Amino acid sequence: MAAPNVRLTWGDTGRALLTSLWFVFLTFPFLAVKINPAEQTVLWRWPNLIHVAVTTFLLSLAACLYRQYREARLDRKTEDDLPVGHNPLHLLWTRPGVRLPLLAGASAIALVFPLLFSTYQTNIMITALLYVMLGLGLNIVVGVAGLLDLGYVAFYAVGAYSYALLNLHFGIGFWTALPLGALLAALFGILLGFPVLRLRGDYLAIVTLGFGEIIRLILENWNDFSHGPSGIANIPRPGFFGLDLSLEGSITYLYYLMLGLVLFTVFVVNRLQNSRIGRAWFALREDEIACQAMGIDKTRTKLTAFALGATWAGMAGVIFAAKTTFINPASFTFLESAIILCIVVLGGMGSIIGVILAALLLILLPEYLRPLADYRMLAFGTVLVAMMVFRPRGLISPVRRTYTVRGRTISDEPA
Amino acid sequence: MEFGGIRALDAFDLQLRQGEIVALIGPNGAGKTTFFNCLTGLYRPTRGELLLTPPGGETRGLVGLKPNEITEQGLARTFQNIRLFPRMTVLENVMIGLHCRTRAGVLGAIFRGPATRKEEKETIAASLRLLSKTGLADLADEPARNLPYGAQRRLEIARALATDPLVLLLDEPAAGMNPQETLELDELICRLRDEGLSILLIEHDMKLVMSLSDHIFVMDYGRKIAEGSPVEVRRNPEVIKAYLGEEESDAPA
Repeated sequence: MAAPNVRLTWGDTGRALLTSLWFVFLTFPFLAVKINPAEQTVLWRWPNLIHVAVTTFLLSLAACLYRQYREARLDRKTEDDLPVGHNPLHLLWTRPGVRLPLLAGASAIALVFPLLFSTYQTNIMITALLYVMLGLGLNIVVGVAGLLDLGYVAFYAVGAYSYALLNLHFGIGFWTALPLGALLAALFGILLGFPVLRLRGDYLAIVTLGFGEIIRLILENWNDFSHGPSGIANIPRPGFFGLDLSLEGSITYLYYLMLGLVLFTVFVVNRLQNSRIGRAWFALREDEIACQAMGIDKTRTKLTAFALGATWAGMAGVIFAAKTTFINPASFTFLESAIILCIVVLGGMGSIIGVILAALLLILLPEYLRPLADYRMLAFGTVLVAMMVFRPRGLISPVRRTYTVRGRTISDEPA
Repeated sequence: MEFGGIRALDAFDLQLRQGEIVALIGPNGAGKTTFFNCLTGLYRPTRGELLLTPPGGETRGLVGLKPNEITEQGLARTFQNIRLFPRMTVLENVMIGLHCRTRAGVLGAIFRGPATRKEEKETIAASLRLLSKTGLADLADEPARNLPYGAQRRLEIARALATDPLVLLLDEPAAGMNPQETLELDELICRLRDEGLSILLIEHDMKLVMSLSDHIFVMDYGRKIAEGSPVEVRRNPEVIKAYLGEEESDAPA
């Protein structure tokens, strides 16, 4: 391949200049103006604006160069025309020499994590793993079956409240509540599934959004049932063969428990995707009418997707209740659904490893950006936008499994 | 079949016997595809009947069944504007066709017991057989959207065949094909007929229709305007009028 032909024209420079002016305009209200309400003075911080202007100018020049380089290299193909998996991250992942050490390293870190890091770090990691589980669950519904569900948090709430309430009224323990919460969430999944069977795309999204809000509002207002906005406290942490664990011990225990459950989730989701049912889900996402004409029962296939997706949210809910020992409806707002959906989209719809990476990134990033204080969410937003610009189809594009065809074996496992 | 006040299909009847190729022709907008959609359950006809008698079986009415149930009963179709599953591999597309002939459920998928594994193996083997029959075996692992046009048409037929149909409904299978591809299609359809499949064909390529069909139905404005053998239809003045307008001409082409 010849060296890519990259150079900057005056037009590019002009565009970069415009971009930087635009950013100066956008950031002006909160970076340049500082109002001190106590002394009723306005502080003008002009140097800030100069920093913004110079940085965005240089960055947009760099972006322009990168784009040219990429276009030259890919011979002006869009990502859509390329064979699936043509993506540096993905190529790296499929190379066995890279993949195995990477997996081994990740599992080693995962195993010793609570021993190396503080309880605080472990706690954050538990949350991240919880979102991995939620992401993988929603991935079944959105990524694989293509049903845009904006009310996923409802099933998470069902799981959490079923443990909290069953424990409160009947003294049921964590290990009994885990399958029960999953089952109840699955039932709710089917309950939601029925009315939305005929809906697609935007309409489906709106109804599921409404469903999520209904569940939250019921929990908020039905005081006799759910204790309303004050929530339910003193939910026991998971027991360890009847032993009483210290706070630190129980967090470590919860970490390993969560790790195990995530592995279990990955195992099940992977098997589901590569099965008769999984193929039907993918086909449903691709073309609903052709799918029916090929003899696939649309109703049943959609309901299984909703139910199975909800199952994982239910389990995650039970664990969430056990982890925080206190739940109230404020934990189950639309923002949660949005974050989980973000994880699925960012990870690459239908890609298990992508969802895991995205969940870790999305949950850990805001935590570790804390030193940036006020600008934490700004930086977080920038990272999200950058990711969608450079990887519009997600971190890792899902690859269809290929089957052994006359000695031509390609990867047996999807990424 | 009526849509609101519009009668798209009016007193149209058609018979197809086992091992027969019947063609349905007519100008654009005549209602051919509407007729197909009624047969396959995508539309529910306002009035009328659809009866299917499997060899050695009882006659069953199919009106009112869902599309997937009709496919299960033995009617499989292709689409005028190709409707493959573009991001799935060629092999998987065919495997989807076998969905209604296999049973594995969620638990089977998770535990992957011996029965599930056996079924999966058979599904792959059967799909590969169909792919070699349609000349697509070398492309099995390719995503369907990467296939050339003619191959996509053949893949749609392979996918429909995977549902193990009694009747195959082909909606303009030769549209957009080059002469070579049309010739191959001609051979494929003949081979399928010889295996005992009944084929109902919508097609505009008159050469293909005339050479393949045992019987031709001509439709215009939702009504049957003629039927008969290719030779009879070719001479029918009504047909010539529908295709070429009032003026006398040799043959519709």
